[in-house]
Amino acid sequence: MLNPNLKLNPKIFNSDVEQVPIRKGFGQGLLQAGEINENVVGLCADLTESTQMNLFADKFPERFIQVGVAEQNLVAMSSGLAAMGKIPFCSSYAMFSPGRNWEQIRTTITFNDRPVKIVGSHSGISVGPDGGTHQALEDIALMRVMPNIDVISPCDAIEAKKAVLALVKTGKPAYLRLVREKTPIITTEETPFNIGQAEIYWMPDVGLAQVGIIVTGGLLFRAILAAKELEAEGIKTKVINLSSIKPIDVKAIVSLAKECKAIVTVEEHQIAGGMGSAVAEVLAQNFPVPMEFIGIRDLFGQSGTPDELVEHYGMGKNSIKEAVKKVLKRKS
Amino acid sequence: MLLTEEKIKELAIKANDIRISIIEMLVEAGSGHTAGPLGMADIFTLFYFHILKHDPKNPSWEERDRVVLSNGHICPVLYATMAHAGYFPVKELKTLRKFGTRLQGHPHREYLPYIETSSGPLGSGLSQAVGMALADKMNKKDKDRFIYCFMSDGELDEGNTWEAIMLAGKNKLRNLIAIVDRNNIQIEGFTEDVMPLEPLQSKWRAFNWHVIEVSGHDFRSLNEVVEEAQAIYEKPTVIIAHTIPGKGVREFERNYKWHGKVPNKEEGKMALDELRALRF
Repeated sequence: MLNPNLKLNPKIFNSDVEQVPIRKGFGQGLLQAGEINENVVGLCADLTESTQMNLFADKFPERFIQVGVAEQNLVAMSSGLAAMGKIPFCSSYAMFSPGRNWEQIRTTITFNDRPVKIVGSHSGISVGPDGGTHQALEDIALMRVMPNIDVISPCDAIEAKKAVLALVKTGKPAYLRLVREKTPIITTEETPFNIGQAEIYWMPDVGLAQVGIIVTGGLLFRAILAAKELEAEGIKTKVINLSSIKPIDVKAIVSLAKECKAIVTVEEHQIAGGMGSAVAEVLAQNFPVPMEFIGIRDLFGQSGTPDELVEHYGMGKNSIKEAVKKVLKRKS
Repeated sequence: MLLTEEKIKELAIKANDIRISIIEMLVEAGSGHTAGPLGMADIFTLFYFHILKHDPKNPSWEERDRVVLSNGHICPVLYATMAHAGYFPVKELKTLRKFGTRLQGHPHREYLPYIETSSGPLGSGLSQAVGMALADKMNKKDKDRFIYCFMSDGELDEGNTWEAIMLAGKNKLRNLIAIVDRNNIQIEGFTEDVMPLEPLQSKWRAFNWHVIEVSGHDFRSLNEVVEEAQAIYEKPTVIIAHTIPGKGVREFERNYKWHGKVPNKEEGKMALDELRALRF
């Protein structure tokens, strides 16, 4: 069942569940952040509408900087603004920022300890028809490997909005990973969101779970659907929303592993170096259990609809169910 | 600000002291860069002892001018000048590049908070200076102070540099002043062989900057062009300062081989003898 304490969207299983692009939540969050804090500034590399920064830019034109198609300057300039007390949110497609400007992010932002928020929209395979060049499948790895940065990957538009408001207050660098496609609304305004804290979204009605499913980003909805069907088939699972990939909630992950003794991770990202790898690092050191990874298996993407691609690359509901059954068999 | 004959003499003596410190610290460190720091000693001296609005006893003074060193590898000249200006003891210069030092091989703000940025990887310092100037423009403080970015000619090869140049021109950042160390060398040779930069003036001008060329060793002319840059109202200014790499030690001057290596003990002694023999 859905965790009743989290006040999740009661209409989540309706066929007409509301669907909103996660980036839209970012746009609304930034607008709100701008109203609350006058130091918040927005920068964009010629993708203001696509990244939904236009809401902020229209309301606060004097605090918005159009950088042009220049992602290296986008982040390094943000560092300079942060040096003068601003809280810059700089956005582009994830493939270009942090894809193209990794060293500038490292030297001028994380190494330099400037509280810049890098917003990578259009991440993952669900970018769809634009094809492999535009599908950022390596960005979690690129960002989480760096010291001194938070990495947040919200599951829906409402969580994205909360993430923006939380990031304004951290005083440190952050990477916010967004997806382009309409994504079902899972949370409500009341659902808790805290950086560094994972939440259990789905749990057995009674008794202990047999498999733990840890998800980040837009695939959470599919994982919850998989968990519901598995329950009908007699397999009890718990589903954790790990929107905060860094800092990572070691306690929640270890406690899930201790209960289930088998873990499946789910993300729209290369398996190498992604969220699943982060979970494996935690478990290998604390409580090793069998794991299965849902993600991209060392491949580039291609054109197609988001659904076609998610299915083709083995990240759909049925793939998640198969991974759960596979890891269940591996339990000793 | 007026520069008297007496002050010029004072600056020349100070610059020579700073060159002596540079040689001493490099010999002690056993690695680093020689030509750039010696070449920029006069400019750094003029800025820290005459031009900058700063307070070494209160480094985080909010109203201070900002100095961004983009080509972090010439940090020995920054460290030596800051020490002589009173930011930290001159004897600390001997810790350059050693374990536990505040004077990292390339500047790191976490270790030495008195500096505005960490740098080393080339081409992103001007972007940071542009960000600072933009913040001042937003806060309507761009008439109160200047953002100075010291950069090398070699790093003009970097695309990031030109992204920053283009944006500064677009936004008419009046309190941004870039100083290019035009010493014509980079690690592997002369800039015009490795990657020609000329016509450099017209390149910057085409990006809507005010451009001035000057000798990097003549205090009076340097002071005048900085005053000119400060007076330019509707554009950012770049000062292309022609410097002699290795300046002050005849053996090192104009030789690109001294870009990325340091004197050994004997070479160091020879250099120090030459610098100490100078009379002003």
